[in-house]
Amino acid sequence: MPLIGAPVRRVEDARFLTGQGRYVADLTLPRMLHVAFLRSPHAHAGIVSIDAHPARELPGVLACITGDEIATQARPMRAESRMAGYHPTECPPLARGKVRFAGEAVAAVLAESRYTAEDALELVDVRYATLPVVGTPEAAMAGGAALVHEAAGSNVLLTRAFVQGDVDGAMRDAALVVGDRFRFHRHAGVTIENRACLADWNPGVGELTLWSSTQVPGLLREGLAALLDLPVHRLRVVAPDVGGGFGVKSALYPEEVAVCALARLTGRPVQWVADRREDLLTSTQAWDETIDAELAVNADGTIRGLRARVVADVGAYSIHPWTAAIEVVQVISFLPGPYRVEHYRGEAWGVATNKAPMGPYRGVGRPVSTFVTEALVDRAARRLGMDPVALRLRNLIRPDELPYRSPSGVVWDSGSFVESLERARDAAGYEHVRAEQERARRAGRYVGVGVACYVELTGVGSAIPASPGAAISTGTEGATVRVDPGGTVTASFGLACHGQGHETTLAQVVAEELGARLEDVRVVSGDTAAGPVGTGTYASRSAVIGGGAAILAARALREKALAIAAHLLEVSADDLTLGDGRATVRGTPHRGLTLREIAGAAYAGAKRLPKGMEPGLEATRFYDPYFGTASNATHIAVVEVDPETCAVIVRRFVVVEDCGRIINPLIVEGQAIGGVAQGVGAALLEEVVYADDGQLLTGSLMDYLVPTAAELPAVEVVHLEHPSPTTLGGFKGVGEGGTIGAPAAVANAIADALQPFGMELSELPATPDRLFRLLSRPRTTSSPETP
Amino acid sequence: MADAVTVRLTVNGVEREGRCEPRKLLVDFLREDLGLTGTHVGCEHGICGACTILIDGEAARSCIMLAVQADGAELLTIEGLMRDGKLHPLQEAFREHHGLQCGFCTPGMLMTALDLLRTNPSPTEAEIREGISAVLCRCTGYHGIVRAVEAAARKMR
Repeated sequence: MPLIGAPVRRVEDARFLTGQGRYVADLTLPRMLHVAFLRSPHAHAGIVSIDAHPARELPGVLACITGDEIATQARPMRAESRMAGYHPTECPPLARGKVRFAGEAVAAVLAESRYTAEDALELVDVRYATLPVVGTPEAAMAGGAALVHEAAGSNVLLTRAFVQGDVDGAMRDAALVVGDRFRFHRHAGVTIENRACLADWNPGVGELTLWSSTQVPGLLREGLAALLDLPVHRLRVVAPDVGGGFGVKSALYPEEVAVCALARLTGRPVQWVADRREDLLTSTQAWDETIDAELAVNADGTIRGLRARVVADVGAYSIHPWTAAIEVVQVISFLPGPYRVEHYRGEAWGVATNKAPMGPYRGVGRPVSTFVTEALVDRAARRLGMDPVALRLRNLIRPDELPYRSPSGVVWDSGSFVESLERARDAAGYEHVRAEQERARRAGRYVGVGVACYVELTGVGSAIPASPGAAISTGTEGATVRVDPGGTVTASFGLACHGQGHETTLAQVVAEELGARLEDVRVVSGDTAAGPVGTGTYASRSAVIGGGAAILAARALREKALAIAAHLLEVSADDLTLGDGRATVRGTPHRGLTLREIAGAAYAGAKRLPKGMEPGLEATRFYDPYFGTASNATHIAVVEVDPETCAVIVRRFVVVEDCGRIINPLIVEGQAIGGVAQGVGAALLEEVVYADDGQLLTGSLMDYLVPTAAELPAVEVVHLEHPSPTTLGGFKGVGEGGTIGAPAAVANAIADALQPFGMELSELPATPDRLFRLLSRPRTTSSPETP
Repeated sequence: MADAVTVRLTVNGVEREGRCEPRKLLVDFLREDLGLTGTHVGCEHGICGACTILIDGEAARSCIMLAVQADGAELLTIEGLMRDGKLHPLQEAFREHHGLQCGFCTPGMLMTALDLLRTNPSPTEAEIREGISAVLCRCTGYHGIVRAVEAAARKMR
């Protein structure tokens, strides 16, 4: 049975199930110090003075370091972009001169225990001079607004637009234009493991090692080397077991720079483990966009054009290396979705405020773009008296139109847009659900059905950076596959895993392509010293790019192993098969050599090898899929809204997804359902709330609500499996999709349920209080509150 | 800083002793003083459930309890779930049904599920969802976990 495609149980589970995982907080080093950061209580304030003396006097405290002191050890981060209309800003490891959001680190206390370090924080006396708080993009863009970054000269850190055709003409000529102001509020990723890092400086060899709960050890190494003035090969970054990432752990953080600088400064290992409050205060947040969008359609439901203006609250800093453009530019890149949109204009503004920085979060931009476009499609269908599925089927890009260049320039290499909608309609029993909805309405119950279709670019190669404009390379990954003299196989990658099961899926790929036994393949990743150069795991890239590199390296080894075996067996390599760890002569099964025997010969050298062959059995290959490949899905949600309590219950959720050739269906299903859970949370519960003075009001998990098992339905997943025509192995990415479709499907289902009230839903999350206010309004208005 | 006190308790059937400040959280005591890092810290305010262990047979959050409060108690942590070198049926079922991804909530989830099946050996799906709602998982959407607990319940009956 082929290994690729098999529901192999995960090899990494054994350690996690028995409490033997090793996360950063589980690591200790001799003489290790614990750091606690003093965090600003103000959202925007000048730092007048810092008196760290009393803190330094506390027994057990080694040092208390301020922003000015650490500045001699590490440069501020500066995220560069190739994008015109982008203003880079600087982010110091510890604030200097002023603080730009509540929670920004101002000083670091190093002590023998975290308890003592936190005691000492209370003894640090910081005098602040408060500045006017820039609370919203509207306020930030107003004349005379205080500047978050004086050096940028404006709070608008970036502008970008995509234009195709004559969208204003299309709006003029269309039979119908539907439009609204949409709002998707600020969101937090909430990995269950908070961020953590541990740095160790080895003065003897001049090497710094950073263990960090990160998705991107390779990117961290490059970034830190520049900031710390170290050659890249004197830095090692290790991501050990990582307790969830979801994009939140894919930026370089000030705390990572700080612990490195502090370890080098003190000559002792330094560990920082965030608590939940720190995580909610300082980890990158997502979305927070206001979108004015209009869709023009013909009387028969054919889409003519789409235009949108998107304003994003990017928070206080442009994060390294993705920049403040990552979220909002992706919104305008992907607003046209999987539809034929001839005329398009999308404009984006990224505006700095005194809030935690915005960063990538599962889906990046596309949960928002899908919410907006799918809501407009539903509204157009309602106004035209068409079924929303029928209107979508009329406009979805058909297989014969692929590859298709979207209005923002993204190329869809492939996709099963129509098929996924039809299959989802059938899997949900759409007609039956509609009939039930009618019966429920007559009984005074408000049931709604919501459909969302999306397409996403995954496994992005070197044609474009994974974040729009970012001045880094993200298009390649490598794999080193080595058969050791024992015949066992180590496959190392520059990727980093935080729950995706790479130790299983990449082993499946290597074992099948090489012809090794699955149990003999060990996957190593997340350590810049152990694998080829790479960046890490983000943007639904690892299966595509890492898997492609694994295929290339494994095939090279297979060819070499067969050549060695052919030489030793004195047969032609064409007469050999290699599988299950053994090269066998066709038709003569008893004649053969195990991978161990072949490896023994390979390392024995010229004596046993074909003339001129290099010894060893190891290969490193890199892969670049260039454009990347399109994954797509349709989500259908069935919800019930209680008009008394305004609670929303998700009754059913159907996913029909196409991630190309599946490596492991268990993992694909897990990714899809896990993504849906986050999308349902985003649609109904999760919202980061700041007060007008920039104080975070959702600083605990009692205030920031993520879904529990009780709020989620059993999700029904159907796999379509159309291999990518453009990537090695036919793989497509599947890590983010669940979160892209779910908010839109739930929002459309709620809007559908509320049709008897004549309401449209323009704002997420649809919390009970928000729905209550919506239902309490006169029926003619549907614009959301302005923030 | 107060003087250290001695805490004696039984963990996974073994008598253990350590000295710590009276303010030390039980979870920190387990992880730092006893070296049992399988119990995780996710929020330190009793919501996420990653730190759930069994104290005298009942699920409890070790992050909102002091070590001194557990003096004399009998604790079961994730490290004690295997018996005779074999995975517990819940551990087996989590693996079989893909009930974990990053693994960080898994110890707390397993201990919570153990407590659920102790009090309700034949839970319905709704009862499982309610029972494990004491622990937040951000990766799985709970689907595999619910299936795993159902399967383990069948096996353990």
